[in-house]
Amino acid sequence: MKRFAALYDAIDRTTSTNAKVSALVEYFRTAPPADAAWAVYFLTGRRLKRLIPSASLREWAVIATGVPEWLLGETYAAVGDFAEIVALLLDAVPRDEVEPDLPLATWVEERLLPLATTDPAAQRAHVLSWWRGLPRTERFLLNKLLTGEFRVGVAQTLVVRALAEAAGVESTAVAARLMGDWTPSAEWFAGVIAAVSAGADPSQPYPFFLASPLEDPPETLGPRSEWLIEWKWDGIRAQLIRRAGQVWLWSRGEELITLRFPEIAAAATNLPDGTVLDGEVLAFQDGRPMPFSALQQRIGRQRQLAQIMRAVPVVFMAYDLLEHDGRDVRAEPIEARRELLAALLPHEGVLRVSSELPESSWEALATLRAESRARGVEGFILKHRGSSYGVGRRRGEWWKWKIDPLTIDAVLIYAQPGSGRRANLLTDYTFGVWDGDDLVPIAKAYSGLSNAEIDELDRWIRRHTRERHGPVRVVEPIHVFELGFEAIAPSTRHRSGIAVRFPRMLRWRRDKGVAQADTLEALKHLMG
Amino acid sequence: MIIDTPRGLFCEAGNFHIDPWQPVERALITHAHSDHARPGSSAYLCASPGATVLRHRLPDAIVETVDYGETISIRDVRVSFHPAGHILGSAQIRLELAGDVWVVSGDYKRAPDPTATPFEPVRCHTFITEATFALPIYTWDPPDTVVTEIVEWWRLNRESERPSVLFCYALGKAQRILAALREHAAEPIRLHGAMAGLTAAYREAGIALAPTERIAEATRGKALARALVLAPISARGTVWMRRVPNASTAFASGLMRVRGVRRQRAFDRGFVLSDHADWPSLLKTVEETGAERVLVTHGWSDVLARFLAERGFETGTLRTAYEGEAGELASEPEPAT
Repeated sequence: MKRFAALYDAIDRTTSTNAKVSALVEYFRTAPPADAAWAVYFLTGRRLKRLIPSASLREWAVIATGVPEWLLGETYAAVGDFAEIVALLLDAVPRDEVEPDLPLATWVEERLLPLATTDPAAQRAHVLSWWRGLPRTERFLLNKLLTGEFRVGVAQTLVVRALAEAAGVESTAVAARLMGDWTPSAEWFAGVIAAVSAGADPSQPYPFFLASPLEDPPETLGPRSEWLIEWKWDGIRAQLIRRAGQVWLWSRGEELITLRFPEIAAAATNLPDGTVLDGEVLAFQDGRPMPFSALQQRIGRQRQLAQIMRAVPVVFMAYDLLEHDGRDVRAEPIEARRELLAALLPHEGVLRVSSELPESSWEALATLRAESRARGVEGFILKHRGSSYGVGRRRGEWWKWKIDPLTIDAVLIYAQPGSGRRANLLTDYTFGVWDGDDLVPIAKAYSGLSNAEIDELDRWIRRHTRERHGPVRVVEPIHVFELGFEAIAPSTRHRSGIAVRFPRMLRWRRDKGVAQADTLEALKHLMG
Repeated sequence: MIIDTPRGLFCEAGNFHIDPWQPVERALITHAHSDHARPGSSAYLCASPGATVLRHRLPDAIVETVDYGETISIRDVRVSFHPAGHILGSAQIRLELAGDVWVVSGDYKRAPDPTATPFEPVRCHTFITEATFALPIYTWDPPDTVVTEIVEWWRLNRESERPSVLFCYALGKAQRILAALREHAAEPIRLHGAMAGLTAAYREAGIALAPTERIAEATRGKALARALVLAPISARGTVWMRRVPNASTAFASGLMRVRGVRRQRAFDRGFVLSDHADWPSLLKTVEETGAERVLVTHGWSDVLARFLAERGFETGTLRTAYEGEAGELASEPEPAT
């Protein structure tokens, strides 16, 4: 694990993207393939199922360090990361055992995974002995792996870039091979860095192609006729896969959500084998989308599914076809893909096609766009005729022409008590967006959440405070919120270099991970 | 013998305050940090080695001095100053009245520091201690180890022609680092303007430091590509940073013990170097004073008080306006709406 620990330190000790990538490249070139496979697994945010109850780990930490339970709790308020606390406390515990340097794969496969089926006394003996034998960084990483809270602070795109560079393979190919569900192994890693793609796992989705926000007037895009335009639906972007007699539904966050939407999964069994659809999961009733908050009930809830299914019916609004008859059709022009899609699906039912909008001029579209909010949609998606289905966000081909206000997805980073009625609640929030691998504060917001959400967030913040500066609490960056604001301007007073006007919370994006929050650069683009 | 008042810690029997945060008649000063030595009082008394720096900080003040260990009487109270090891001239203040002995620690540390006389435990009945880092996660590596890390970081940056900007507190921490780098500096260490005066004051007080050079107005870019630059944290996020493009940034503070704090502030490196006592030193010091009663001032005071109470000490907390090291990050601009 020394090599992996050295990689971790190298990444952790720089805020420079290039330095992180070169450390990764070096690791992928030199590490044994099985280790590299597990490294990719962890670096891309995948985690082992929690192997040991956190209560047990806390109890053993008390035994190992002699720190009383209440003091451990106080310490948690300062650090907010149990794995790190234990590693820091263990500095006071002598390293009186020697752990041989085992490869990462051996650690995971022969030591950590078997813990799940080991009896508690033996678990304890193992963990205490490892704690006494490992140096600082490795203790920390061990704890991270044990608690299933492994987050390194390196974006998936950087891992892809480094793998592509190490292997001399196109990064689009690497990105595709990292999608979906896979088990790390030397063979799997060999496939990731292989020059030619082998037969893939049938569940594997394609990387999503993303639209860029349209900031200029649509007239700048040229004639209306060059664009295929449809509503921008306000649901969960998802890929529906029908292969090998099975069905998989993947969210954009690469989470399998098949079981949450049984009606979609059932309908998809009627699709011909070898079909992959790109579309939007929408809560849909009486011919129109329900508010996003309705859909959120379907995301959060796993129990009482039948009841909530009746209350919040969903559809899969397909807008693209990626695979037809087992053939990858992403390189074909959008019109051809739409034609195949139209032949496959009707305009109603659980699986349906998102209609093209017929308005023949930009003016007519602008008028229609004003109805967006009333129709429960977010504006338009504009796809250039002839465009293929790319990877990631590539400006110029696909645009989202969203309705006002300006919105961004930002991460909650600080909180402090409100005033007056809210004095005992943490209701003044500070939000950050990504600047490289760090979250830089860009806005404070106070309004927009329901009382129930405020209560819930308040409880969460108190349990996940990392650090306090007077009344200000630094919280774990986990929750993403959609913020709306009226204007954005350069500012020298703020570390971010920008100031936003009238920011407010539009909604809590529980469906989004922090990696999907916006970047500072994207915000600066909004400034024009 | 000492109570907390709106102006600061007050000794009624001697009619003086210790480190008051509002102007008073007579202020006894443990050390010259701005949260302990504030302007406006009529008379100041400090330990002799700290006079140069205190006068630099409070140029208009009337400053009297007393040597470490020398006892004077203020009314009925016998008063002496003892080394606290925090910064140059920092002192614990011992008060004795009718056989009852109190010690006010101010800020202190037990780790070696070439710029400060080492802490001396003073026996007392009541010990007033700081608690800036009173959590068991705060344990310091030996300073030599940390200095080696700094030197290594500077060397790697120098090789890739990147300036090394090390943020640190302008009084105490900066000079401690300069003293430790005396053997290691390949070239003069560059100082942000805010560091220069205090560093000169240290030299004037006879402390040997690595060679330094104040960064001139016009110096920027390539001229600093191989330099180690010491700057106060307040310089961060200002136009001053344009002088050191592509710099690797680091922060030297006990706060850097926690990874999340460093990452939150986006420093490349965090060097865990503190002028405060770590958790084991706090406990050891309390033991060594022989005190039965411990009153805790700033920092994680409730935690330390409870921990000691569980071990049979009589404890309490005192309300003060001291910030300790936590104040160091507070000067960064806060986002506004």
